[in-house]
Amino acid sequence: MLTMARLRVRLTFPPALIQEPIVYRLVKDFDIVINIRRADVKADHGWIALELEGDERALERGVKWLKDKGVQVDPIERDVIVP
Amino acid sequence: MEKLNGLRCRECGRHYQAAPLHVCEFCFGPLEVDYRYDALKGVVTRESIAAGPPSMWRYKELLPIDGDVAVGHHVGFTPLIRAQNLADELGCREIWVKNDSVCHPTWSFKDRVVAVAVTKAREFGFDTVACASTGNLANSVAAHAAEGRLKSYIFIPADLEQGKVLATLVYNPTLVAVHGTYDEVNRLCSEIADKYRWAFVNVNFRPYYSEGSKSYGFEIVEQLGWRTPGHIIVPCAGGSLITKIWKAIKELKTLGLIDGGLGTKMHAAQALGCGPIVTMIKNDTDVLVPVRPNTIAKSLAIGNPADGYYAYKVAKESGGSGEHATDEEIVEGMLLLARTEGIFTETAGGVTVAAAKKLIERGVIPRDESIVICITGNGLKTPDSLQDRLDAHVKIKPSLSAFDRALADLKSQTS
Repeated sequence: MLTMARLRVRLTFPPALIQEPIVYRLVKDFDIVINIRRADVKADHGWIALELEGDERALERGVKWLKDKGVQVDPIERDVIVP
Repeated sequence: MEKLNGLRCRECGRHYQAAPLHVCEFCFGPLEVDYRYDALKGVVTRESIAAGPPSMWRYKELLPIDGDVAVGHHVGFTPLIRAQNLADELGCREIWVKNDSVCHPTWSFKDRVVAVAVTKAREFGFDTVACASTGNLANSVAAHAAEGRLKSYIFIPADLEQGKVLATLVYNPTLVAVHGTYDEVNRLCSEIADKYRWAFVNVNFRPYYSEGSKSYGFEIVEQLGWRTPGHIIVPCAGGSLITKIWKAIKELKTLGLIDGGLGTKMHAAQALGCGPIVTMIKNDTDVLVPVRPNTIAKSLAIGNPADGYYAYKVAKESGGSGEHATDEEIVEGMLLLARTEGIFTETAGGVTVAAAKKLIERGVIPRDESIVICITGNGLKTPDSLQDRLDAHVKIKPSLSAFDRALADLKSQTS
């Protein structure tokens, strides 16, 4: 049974990934619905604040894939753990 | 007096009613408390503030609290010390140290933000407060929850040493040790904050929580006789403190409590091993590149700071700058402050002193202008940072003759 879930995240892209269609693959390969709210993508660096919605396990796999690719995945608040 | 307009998105400007919200539902930008300054002008005066208690609550009208103060009645109004010995050592005319290493009750400036967050949590009818923290914030949340008779949950990474959590456990919170990487714990806590009706002080209460830092800035100006200093050097972790000190100065100006212009340059201090905000300032770019922290300044170790962009903007807008400090310079900064002023600060304070010294030596901060160094935490909490770096100078047998010889040796070494 599918368990639907939502995540609000901020993706930060290193220079090497700027030209790759990362978000397209996330949607296509993991069947995740995305809703981009704010972004700043420059020639050598970029970030996207977005909502991800899909099956809970698909989201887990999608987030793991992003991290393995070298994308930094943070909760929308970013520094939740404070020293 | 209705002093609050509610919350406002820092990015798209959308308004929200005052509620436990922290992210704009439309653009995911951070929310900030919005005040009705027109209603406060003429009501908040130098005299009305001076008539208030000797604590941060003398500025209560400029904090997002509607009712009575619930906890932390004695937080703040810490000493602003004329640090002449340090000034002499650095060849400066006027250095002040704003000393929150003695902030009541848990010895860091976090007491200011937590006192506001917990009071606001009570106003909104919450019975549980929470945070994810490895240090000062955890201490403060647990202490204020105990005082306010609220339940508290403190989340930590499971591999944190036992010694680090004792100063939190003593207040009897529920401590949840989470097995997982830093990123996993971070995400889990964000999800918990989203699901449970708890006041997660630095998540869903962040707009209120962060306002507490303004009191640090208000105090600097009042304690200088309603004068703004030429320079303030601020340690940066998430980047909120520097933006709130700047906001405090601007609010005092808006309310007509400061004569002349704003007149303060804001300088950011970070460790070289975790300095993404200072890197932005040095490179003059609004692009924040996240880093993996690797520094002894654990209390500043935030690799992707939420307020990094705003901190950069404050340094730029005020005409200030930023400086990194290596681990060695951090320890030297701690020792310099202790040796000259008798103040034992944590590593974050070492970062600030070291950064100030470098900015002065580079000529970025002129030696004849007034300088405030922000000390935000107490060295007694983390003495391990000085492990193997300090030793007894003299070891002797228990006889007077042994001491006489040792003293003669010492005098010959120093003469």
